[in-house]
Amino acid sequence: MPRTSDRRIEHLLRRAGFGARPDELELYGEMSVAQAVDTLLNYESIADDVDTFIAKPGYVNTTIRGQFLPQSNIVDARQRWLFRMVHSDRPLQEKMTLFWHNHFATGYAKIAGTFGAAEGARYLAAKSSEDPGKVRGQLEMLRDNALGNFRDILLNIAKDTATLVWLDGRTNTKAKPQENFAREIMELFTMGVGHYTEADVYAGARVFSGWNLARPGTAAAQHYEFIYNAAQHDTAAKAFSFPIYADGNKTIPGRTAADGMQDGVDLINALAASPTTARYLAAKLYRFFVSEFGAVNASFVERVASVYLQSRYDMKAVMREVLLSPEFWDQSTYFARYSWPVEFVVRALKDIGWVGFSVNDALTPLSNMGQILYEPPDVAGWDAGESWFSTGAMLARMNFASTLAGNQRFNLAKAVKAANASRTPEGLLSHFVGALVTAPLDADVTSEWSAYLRATGAWTGSDAQVQAKASGLVHLIAGSPEYQLV
Amino acid sequence: MKVTRRQFVKGGVAAFTVTFAAPEFLSDLARAQGSHVRNLVVLYMSGGNDALSMVIPYNDPFYTTRRPSIAVPAGQVLQIGTDSSRVALGLHPRLTGLKQIFDQGRLALIQRTGYENQSRSHFLGTDIWSTADPNNTQALGWVGRYLDSLPSPVDPLIGWNTTGSLPHVLQARTAVPAIASAAGYAFASPNAGAEASAERATALRIASHVPVDRPELAFVYGSSRAAMATLDRVASVGTYRPSPAYPNTGFAQALQAVAGAMSKAIGTRVFYVTTGGFDTHSAQNVNAVGGAYYNLMATLNDGLIAFYNDLKNQGLLEDTLVLTFSEFGRRITENGSQGTDHGSASVMMALGGRVNGGLYGTAPVLTPDPGNPTLENSAGDIRFETDFRSVYAQVLDGWLGTDSIKLLGGNFRKNGLGFI
Repeated sequence: MPRTSDRRIEHLLRRAGFGARPDELELYGEMSVAQAVDTLLNYESIADDVDTFIAKPGYVNTTIRGQFLPQSNIVDARQRWLFRMVHSDRPLQEKMTLFWHNHFATGYAKIAGTFGAAEGARYLAAKSSEDPGKVRGQLEMLRDNALGNFRDILLNIAKDTATLVWLDGRTNTKAKPQENFAREIMELFTMGVGHYTEADVYAGARVFSGWNLARPGTAAAQHYEFIYNAAQHDTAAKAFSFPIYADGNKTIPGRTAADGMQDGVDLINALAASPTTARYLAAKLYRFFVSEFGAVNASFVERVASVYLQSRYDMKAVMREVLLSPEFWDQSTYFARYSWPVEFVVRALKDIGWVGFSVNDALTPLSNMGQILYEPPDVAGWDAGESWFSTGAMLARMNFASTLAGNQRFNLAKAVKAANASRTPEGLLSHFVGALVTAPLDADVTSEWSAYLRATGAWTGSDAQVQAKASGLVHLIAGSPEYQLV
Repeated sequence: MKVTRRQFVKGGVAAFTVTFAAPEFLSDLARAQGSHVRNLVVLYMSGGNDALSMVIPYNDPFYTTRRPSIAVPAGQVLQIGTDSSRVALGLHPRLTGLKQIFDQGRLALIQRTGYENQSRSHFLGTDIWSTADPNNTQALGWVGRYLDSLPSPVDPLIGWNTTGSLPHVLQARTAVPAIASAAGYAFASPNAGAEASAERATALRIASHVPVDRPELAFVYGSSRAAMATLDRVASVGTYRPSPAYPNTGFAQALQAVAGAMSKAIGTRVFYVTTGGFDTHSAQNVNAVGGAYYNLMATLNDGLIAFYNDLKNQGLLEDTLVLTFSEFGRRITENGSQGTDHGSASVMMALGGRVNGGLYGTAPVLTPDPGNPTLENSAGDIRFETDFRSVYAQVLDGWLGTDSIKLLGGNFRKNGLGFI
């Protein structure tokens, strides 16, 4: 079997996942790069059973108040998603789901403010198998389509209950067209700002008039769901500044109210098929998976955009191109991204340990770092990159490193002893610098860590000393600027 | 849409690397000499405040007819007199603390503030109010631009944002820390005693390291360094114990931290606080105890009066100006679900020890006549009378002592707006 170096596998899993647990490092290390990428992409062949391990021994804990109800309690939904990020054997599925959650950024507070807290969680996070009315929340839809067809995702989003609340589509009527969704689908979901006109926004609002919500009754199984309300659809023709049809025609024809839902489908098809959308998505994928440093690589964008169009928007083909691209494997892109708070937290759990830690205790720190899952700041998603690193947010990262290192002090000391690395400060240092991989370290940083290990007295290797120094050092490494890059 | 903190944080790298004098001593000295500092607290009421339920033209017959289920009865408002157009006005019944401040002449209500073609979008609207630039909503924030105009080196604690992430108002080349809780703004350690001190000393030494030819990593180092440099001053605020205590709302606790920072004289001059939930599309329940809008007013009132009294007791009231804004006002006519939809002009408030309190501008006349000059959008919404940038100009010129024309990119000064 061809083996791949830890360095390459770690890079792959930092990007296509949330870092590498020891078992993941071993599993993927036995593969060639091509096999590893294949395994990540073809995750359907790996059981989707991660949720069944919640609350089982050996896994990261969740904190349960009464019952664990991720389908109706947003705090539990956040815990479940973090649990999946740590333990799923389908890391790319979780990573793409995060990408889509940011791309189609929808915030819980507005849904909950509109329909109540339980319904807010339901429309975002319920699995159909656990909901009395078989509601599939937005996040589950994205997860099911994580490497699916972009056009299908777009159509699902347009009919998604949470989206229809979040972007006010539920109030889009022919008398009062609501522009919010029409604007964002062009500005943020597909072509990007500068590639449509204000007149396109007005026309788009009319296209989606009547794409509303209805709730048949009040029983628990009942729920708000998409309805095409023909009586509220504007039936006149809608002209755009860009081609809607393959023949170059830019006008959606007038249709009867009964047939009017096709307007929206036509517009979505056009947006999915647009070369502008292809490049917009390719550039966004470059920033998320390849590099945030320097300019977006133009040749990468052209190639990935071309695969997107040729495959007719198949995200699995697109992601294969991304993960096998020379840019992805260029050494200069290793550690060339600022980790998102959830990437940092989950990777720290995988690197430092999780037994005895509850993901619930990561939620407030994550909020202090600037990221609350299911609560992006607005429809544009999170401001990534340097914006994650306000002073308060950096301090929150350092303090989470402290919390986790303190929580894991016994496990850390045990691991050091088992690795026979507790006899000297150098042994301890090389053990943890190996376990918590960072961007390249300057010598004066490692020498400070080394000095720290010697700072408070002679080295005895006693249990108490190893616990203190192991947790202290892990705190310093995981809280270092170098560890924040992925 | 805002996509671009990236543009300005580039400059932040440089701002982080400078050293700064200890402003604590400077301001202590200044205070000992009897001079006052000028603090600005920007208060964002997020969601679009229904100003008609806050400052109520209770004798306007159309106030009741257009709001049959949510109007506050004339007998229950807290009367504050009539404005220059002789419209009788009253505060929301729950604003008893603000009424006291108004009666003491320290609360200015600036009516019908907004701008031409006001956006009814939360995002765009907030961006416009934040940048003071309807034509370039990706610009830096108007307060951020003020911070950038200060002589360098700028203290990393010159601003304090009490929310988790940086609001657009404070976007600047100068980095403004997000400190949601002073108590949480401390260097934690898995160990105690000498071990913890050794960790902290190591972290401090490492933070002063400057990576060569790795600007992105250097940026993270800059955040780390600024955090370490401000820890102790912020921590001193965490020990602030005001009496009487503030209410236990996020808003009031944020104001307590602001008062603490002023009291401990840590050098911060600009603060940002927010109170949310004003997007009252349905079941607005303006006048029912426990109702949605009633609760919003309770949170606002109880936090502000606690803050006001605290500052007054400490002799800091004259150092402080609170300025409120919201992205838009709301429709005049209530909707089908006992709420109000997105509208346009609203009321801004200015509060502080040197505020010339009272009613500024004129109230809208609510007659649903398309020709009604105080309304717009077929008499559906309130038309602005005072451009919000004129209010900002007054704050910049009259309080912060800078040049509003330069910072706002135009002359928005307006006569009759001398609230500060």
